[in-house]
Amino acid sequence: MLFYLFAAVAVIASLLVIAQRNPVYSVLLLIASFGALSGLYVLLQAPFVAVIQIIVYAGAIMVLFLFVVMLLNAPHEETQHDERVHPLRRAGPMRFGAILAGALLVELIWALSRSGGDTGAFDGGGVTSVRALGQSLFTDYAFAFEATSILILVAMVGAVVLARAERRGADD
Amino acid sequence: MTPLLLAQIVLTLFVFVMLLNSAAIMVYVERKVAAMLQQRLGPYLVGPRGLLQPLADVVKLMFKEELRPRAADAILFALAPIISATCAFAAFAVVPFGAQTTLFGLLGEPLRLQVADVNVAILVIFAIASMSVYGIVLAGWSSNSKYSLLGGLRSSAQMISYELSYGLALASVLVVGNSLSLTDIVNHQSGYWLGFIPRWFVFLQPLGFLIYLTAGTAETNRAPFDFPEAEQELVAGYHTEYSSMSFAMFFLAEYINMVTVSAVATDLFLGGWHGPFLPESLGWIWFLLKVAALLFFYVWMRWTLPRYRYDQLMKFGWKVLLPVAVLNLIATAAGVLYFGA
Amino acid sequence: MVGLTHYLVLSAILFAIGTAGVFVRKNLITILLSIEIMLNAVNLSFVAFGRALGTADGQIIVFFVMTVAAAEAAVGLAIVIGLFRHRESLNPDTFTALKW
Repeated sequence: MLFYLFAAVAVIASLLVIAQRNPVYSVLLLIASFGALSGLYVLLQAPFVAVIQIIVYAGAIMVLFLFVVMLLNAPHEETQHDERVHPLRRAGPMRFGAILAGALLVELIWALSRSGGDTGAFDGGGVTSVRALGQSLFTDYAFAFEATSILILVAMVGAVVLARAERRGADD
Repeated sequence: MTPLLLAQIVLTLFVFVMLLNSAAIMVYVERKVAAMLQQRLGPYLVGPRGLLQPLADVVKLMFKEELRPRAADAILFALAPIISATCAFAAFAVVPFGAQTTLFGLLGEPLRLQVADVNVAILVIFAIASMSVYGIVLAGWSSNSKYSLLGGLRSSAQMISYELSYGLALASVLVVGNSLSLTDIVNHQSGYWLGFIPRWFVFLQPLGFLIYLTAGTAETNRAPFDFPEAEQELVAGYHTEYSSMSFAMFFLAEYINMVTVSAVATDLFLGGWHGPFLPESLGWIWFLLKVAALLFFYVWMRWTLPRYRYDQLMKFGWKVLLPVAVLNLIATAAGVLYFGA
Repeated sequence: MVGLTHYLVLSAILFAIGTAGVFVRKNLITILLSIEIMLNAVNLSFVAFGRALGTADGQIIVFFVMTVAAAEAAVGLAIVIGLFRHRESLNPDTFTALKW
């Protein structure tokens, strides 16, 4: 029951994200969608991932998006075409995108329901303890962990360098 | 509807009402303590010794006209104080404030004095602290005025910068306490060394305690880190355009955030509800005393220390507090490895 | 009884929404948001599979995916800021310099 509630919130919020004109509303709706996904993770008995989703995605990445939207004073999207025309009839990438998404969805649902009625119920519990996650993370996946830390360092340096204002001969 | 479920519902309502009361009490305490520190009287007209002053403030705020600038974004303008207040209350939901009690044998099983006993409680507090940034940044943006926007952006940048040190201080406690659940950490701190020194984590982690309090002060936008809402600088920062109940909600959110930071510090570092002379079931009295002491310290800091300028504040957060917090974590981990605590 | 298939279908729906967003929207920031939707859909299916198999691996991979998504969002937004400074527009159609 809770699953359907969270799933509905996630899907509706995501649909509204791609349908909104105002980018600030898009970011806020995406945060709502992430909240619903976090609830789904709790239902899947993964409390650590649920909380990390809120901390990292909804609390940090989306703040970053919001800052950029506000600092750029992102304009509402100009529309070069008539809004009332259905996406399937608009020219070019829009039609392609809508059809592609529809085809992808149909294909995925077909592939997933090929199990023939067996919904693959969850047997046995998941791994909920953070201790077990930590042990696995630092022993089996230790290399990936270290590589990720270098990735974050590179991303940090890259973001700072790319976003720095161009100055001609001025020093900071 | 078992008695335990009924007791839990009553407990939730009780915590909510007590948080509201604590905000009102903090309003009075702040003004009286400020007055004493500045050698004047403070509120004394309303009620005996001015004790009804918070009531007068609430009545005044309720009767003020609710304004909204015409160019303000209506939905976000209304949503921002709601987000702030909600996150402030929600963070207290995982804080335990007393030992398990059976209410003098009325209940079949013991009731935990905690609204929600999650075994990742520390992370939940951190998550809700991350979400409260949105209340401020949306308030700043939706007011559509330059003071609000600057105040909002600066305040949220400050909050997300100090969140890192906050999280690292929490991580150091996690290393020592070996659990993410606040109840377990408090229970770890019962008992005494040498018979009279309580086993509080503040003695194992003095630097962690200081880092936590500093980061907590910056997170709640209190002095000396309250540049974004300083009257002399930015009118009132992100809540310039708010009046009446919306302003009251921001006000409320700030005080309740203070109470939450103090309560979590008490649980993590000062032994929670453990204390001498009282039985376990009355431990919540010790908890209240410790939280009150921390809150007094908060108010004392505000009216004693001068305010940091914004760039000094950010430099301090990134160049001083963060490296110190990282070193503290490494030293703690090394200590635990060596001493095997 | 909610089973694995339910979660996978939900993940597929979210992924399709993200894909549609990348093609249909004409705002660089919304395109990045749609990419985040896709990454989240993948996270959901990882956690669902991890739960079904009873291992911790699903959650650990999610940890890494989140980290990569954070890094990508940071660098992507820095690029968007640079592009905006250059052309004062967030419409991807204005950046046609590399088109043949």
